[in-house]
Amino acid sequence: MRRRFLAQASLAAAAIAATRSRPAAAQAPVEIQFWHGLPQPLGGQLEQIVAGFNASQAGVKVVPSFRGSYPETMVAAIAAFRANAAPHVVQMFEVGTGTMMAAGRAVKPVHELLSEAGVTIDFNDYLPAVRGYYQASDGRQMSMPFNSSTAVMWYNKDHFKRAGLNPEAPPKTWEEVAEALKKLKAAGIASPMTTSWPAWIQVEQVSAIHNVPLASLGNGFDGLGATMQVNNPLMVRHMNNLIAWQRDGLFKYGGRDNAPDALFPAGEVSIAMASSGLRSRITREARFEWGTAMLPYYGDVAGAPHNSIIGGASFWALNRGPQGGRNAAEWKGVAEFYRYLSNPEIDAKWHMETGYVPVRRASYQVAKSAGFYEKNPGSDVPIEQLLRGGEMTPNTRGIRLGGYVEIRNIVQEEMEKSFQGQQNGQQAMDAVVQRGNAVLRNFERQNRG
Amino acid sequence: MRKTIFKGTALPLLLLAPQLVITAIFFLWPAGAAIWQSLLQEDPWGTRSEFVGLRNFAEVLAEPEWRGAAWNTLLFSTSVAVLAMGTALFLAVQADKSIRGANLYRTLLIWPYAVAPAVAAVLWLFLFHPSIGLVGRALNQAGLAWDYKLNGNQAMLLVIVAAAWKQVSYNFIFFLAGLQSIPRAVLEAAAIDGAKPVRRFWTIILPLLSPTAFFLLVVNLVYAFFDTFGVIHALTGGGPGKATETLIYKVYVEGVQNVNLGSSSAQSVILMVLVIALTAVQFRFIERKVHY
Repeated sequence: MRRRFLAQASLAAAAIAATRSRPAAAQAPVEIQFWHGLPQPLGGQLEQIVAGFNASQAGVKVVPSFRGSYPETMVAAIAAFRANAAPHVVQMFEVGTGTMMAAGRAVKPVHELLSEAGVTIDFNDYLPAVRGYYQASDGRQMSMPFNSSTAVMWYNKDHFKRAGLNPEAPPKTWEEVAEALKKLKAAGIASPMTTSWPAWIQVEQVSAIHNVPLASLGNGFDGLGATMQVNNPLMVRHMNNLIAWQRDGLFKYGGRDNAPDALFPAGEVSIAMASSGLRSRITREARFEWGTAMLPYYGDVAGAPHNSIIGGASFWALNRGPQGGRNAAEWKGVAEFYRYLSNPEIDAKWHMETGYVPVRRASYQVAKSAGFYEKNPGSDVPIEQLLRGGEMTPNTRGIRLGGYVEIRNIVQEEMEKSFQGQQNGQQAMDAVVQRGNAVLRNFERQNRG
Repeated sequence: MRKTIFKGTALPLLLLAPQLVITAIFFLWPAGAAIWQSLLQEDPWGTRSEFVGLRNFAEVLAEPEWRGAAWNTLLFSTSVAVLAMGTALFLAVQADKSIRGANLYRTLLIWPYAVAPAVAAVLWLFLFHPSIGLVGRALNQAGLAWDYKLNGNQAMLLVIVAAAWKQVSYNFIFFLAGLQSIPRAVLEAAAIDGAKPVRRFWTIILPLLSPTAFFLLVVNLVYAFFDTFGVIHALTGGGPGKATETLIYKVYVEGVQNVNLGSSSAQSVILMVLVIALTAVQFRFIERKVHY
């Protein structure tokens, strides 16, 4: 018994030794480990793109590996880095951007990676809202933008008709939304509106669209010393509106993150603010006529609406561990992979298959000339919304706060307390500022020097 | 029992070695690492590290959120223990009677113990979710405003019931074994003396069950403290607000979601002290009373 076990063990050891020594053989491609956080079907579509890259050349082989949800992927990458076994490339959701920017030598910035490898990517062609989110404050590209979404307003045209509303003219402002909600309620819809991602859509997007700061120092783009500023009159007003609508049964709080996604395709609500990436699910599940519209704004705020901000993820190149440990060939392989991803044909295909926005203007043109938007009316709304309002301002570039995963949860918690009737909008936003600042100061302390 | 005497120390040590190695790798090492980490302040990547003494502990204990979680844990653990033990005792007394198909009932009652916490939570979710749950919808249609995603008290109630349900089976097995070890002669003597079933239960059965009950109380408290993460994670995620965030859930949130390892380690060290204290209580009081 024991002898057989020993024999098996030595066989296994030999097998491991064999696999280890294989890459050393002549002409073997450079292996690039790539961790991502997209479940099926999106993960499979992403891995097809990777397979396409591997088939397009012989020198580099990218090995994709699914590591759970975005937060799980982030934690797995951090743990691997600490154990000197980080992947070459990790997909990181936009909320983790602040943490990645402060990661110092853990990260290989894209601009450095590309110039060392002699690869050029025309980032000026990328949508400003996409590229800006992942740039250092001096404009250098830190991570490789890939799957980007934004939030839009989905509405049920059947409900609109029943309530006597024009299904081809969805409400543009929050004032019009409020009117529509009352009519929908009167027409017998139990809960006319909901929102997915409460913190992202009702706080971050609302702040950007009205050009109001979420935090100081340009939402944290200009340094780790930023403080939360959400207790401003606009956000307090918006919170009080949501609280009142919730109390009157016009708005239904459906839970955190994407938990409320199910309500719209099921026909329970008339208006849902959710990710543009919900499109494929709605197409598949909804048994009614529906439309896509831009997120609303307050009509009396001067200059509104500005562009919305993005969600989704970007790709970060990582060192192997605290001691570095990558060679030029590996970085070159990553650069080649990025070059392939920046190809407008690839990007447009990804956009049309998944509902993520095209990250390049050139890809938008590819999808346009393929007639995609005639065949799928409304699927250009997210892109137009990201380009809305002209030049971006420091308040509409995005969010760059350390520990932001935690702050987003704080926002959701304080909103939940408000909807339970424990506090008003001012108290909720004051609490977010106070608790959020504690997180920011802690992060600043961890990352100084 | 016959004692076995080994010659020399090599063989006994060898036989103990697997257990010692497992304890060292899966307890001593991580516990030591947690204690060391709890004294450090680090960025998530571990590239900047600074020794800060007991500051993490001071900050944790000063946090209103931590005290809220401690209160939640107390309420949650006590309720789970009382509910799970009360139900199990009632069922065990019923199953101990000579009824037709007693074995079938026993098997069915033991079943839920085999269900993984996360799976149990999903079952309860499909029952009580306000918009997709069978019972949840019925409650709302009956005019009860049931929405545990927004109502903290309802959320707490739901996680307590779900966590207790999973533990009932375990308690049931022990109570049933305890009941069956009570000498029939004593009970029959009491019956002949005219004691009614209720009186027999309170004066004979319960005192003779007390060692079992006390053992179960400690086990249930430890279960509610540490093993209910899956139920809470899958049902409420600690929400709404922080209404169902217990200490163990907070360790997860702080360490895994927020990658704040110093604070998370300090919290888990505090929890470790708590569980050591609970185990000490168990050995001090139970060893005396339980007759093996």
